[in-house]
Amino acid sequence: MALAGVFLLVFLAVHLGINLLLLADDGGKAFSAAAGFMGTHPVIRIFELALFGGFALHIAFGVIVSIRNRKSRPIRYQHRSLSETSPFSKYMMHTGMIVLLFLVLHFIDFYFIKIGVVSPPPGIGRHDFYSRAVALFSDPAYSAIYLFSFLVLGFHLNHALQAAAQTLGLNHPRFTPLIKAASALYAMIIAGGFMAIPLRFTLFN
Amino acid sequence: MKFTLKIWRQKNAEDKGGMVTYQVDTVSPDSSFFEMLDQLNQQLISKGEDPVAFDHDCREGICGTCSLYINGRPHGPLKGATTCQLHMRAFRDGETIYVEPWRCGAFPVVKDLIVDRSALDKIIQAGGYISVNSGGVPDANTIPVPKPNADSAFDAAACIGCGACVAACPNASPMLFVGAKISHLALLPQGRIEAERRVRQMVAAMDSLGFGFCSNTYACEAECPKEIKIANITRLNREFLAAKLAAEKEQTGGFAI
Repeated sequence: MALAGVFLLVFLAVHLGINLLLLADDGGKAFSAAAGFMGTHPVIRIFELALFGGFALHIAFGVIVSIRNRKSRPIRYQHRSLSETSPFSKYMMHTGMIVLLFLVLHFIDFYFIKIGVVSPPPGIGRHDFYSRAVALFSDPAYSAIYLFSFLVLGFHLNHALQAAAQTLGLNHPRFTPLIKAASALYAMIIAGGFMAIPLRFTLFN
Repeated sequence: MKFTLKIWRQKNAEDKGGMVTYQVDTVSPDSSFFEMLDQLNQQLISKGEDPVAFDHDCREGICGTCSLYINGRPHGPLKGATTCQLHMRAFRDGETIYVEPWRCGAFPVVKDLIVDRSALDKIIQAGGYISVNSGGVPDANTIPVPKPNADSAFDAAACIGCGACVAACPNASPMLFVGAKISHLALLPQGRIEAERRVRQMVAAMDSLGFGFCSNTYACEAECPKEIKIANITRLNREFLAAKLAAEKEQTGGFAI
């Protein structure tokens, strides 16, 4: 689960890099070029399969581990736990589920249109992701769902990198605090970066 | 001081059990938590009722026998202390105190607040030992041990096996306990020799006993009465991965997530 998670961290950074091109003031030229490259390059096509595998493994392990963990305490405490824990670490399954719901929505809005399972809304081409994104972000409800999902993803990521280091047995008096700080910073960059896009489209258009 | 106690009562392993409310008055702030429970039991005995059963032995924080999940925390609100080292002055006068047994599928309730923690012994039996007699105290410096290793091994050896880590963990995982035992032995030359086999066998035993998996919440470290550090779990993970991924000869045994 840790290794699959670390793999997904790389994917998120790449995805954010491309999405930030939406902010360029060029009518979507740079973004469309990048999206076109990602959608057609053969190496990227192969990596897409690896990415789906990474998601599948991460989700499957997460669910298996959570079920086992719930079973391990068949009778629960009457008093709620007051033990101090790493922030959000107790809620990885909950935040993960919200992110998964967003992923489903994201597939319906973009991926299924791209592969032709769902037909695009009138006036927007099957591969015209820029117009699709602009249209979606013009809906405040969609933007709100988007912002909420990435806030939750930020909480998920805050625990992610440092928990992965812990699971992989990496510990050092100097590097462990650095990894924890990097984990929080990464979460803020990813969540903040993705959230900047709908904010830009809703507030400044 | 006066307290309202909500205590888990269960006649035996088969009984369903439930919380029962008791009142204790005239408790000295300087009495220990167990002395307060002794006082309650005197009241119950004089009324002809069954006293509350709870585990205790040394009453000085070194044996690991006592337990109790008090107001949502194993061993109560005091940091780095066992229940027997907890005094009633740590509570407010008139406070309602919840007292529950450790909750874990691998720790079945025997009676009231007593649980069977022999699952931890089974993990030790799977590899928490050195197979040969390592002899008496050797002459100084005949077996070199780096000072940081000696210190870390000693800190890990402070684990009293009480099971507070399991009780605190949202997943009821004994990783801090196992990590402490692995570290304690693997950091010293006599224990190092069997380190690979030990970690594989102890992890396999832990996984087979119905405990949950570690999800790095670190609740165990916050609640351990001996303040065993999370770095021991990191070492356990490192030792486990190394034993699984690099070996002189092919080893038998399952592969865990």
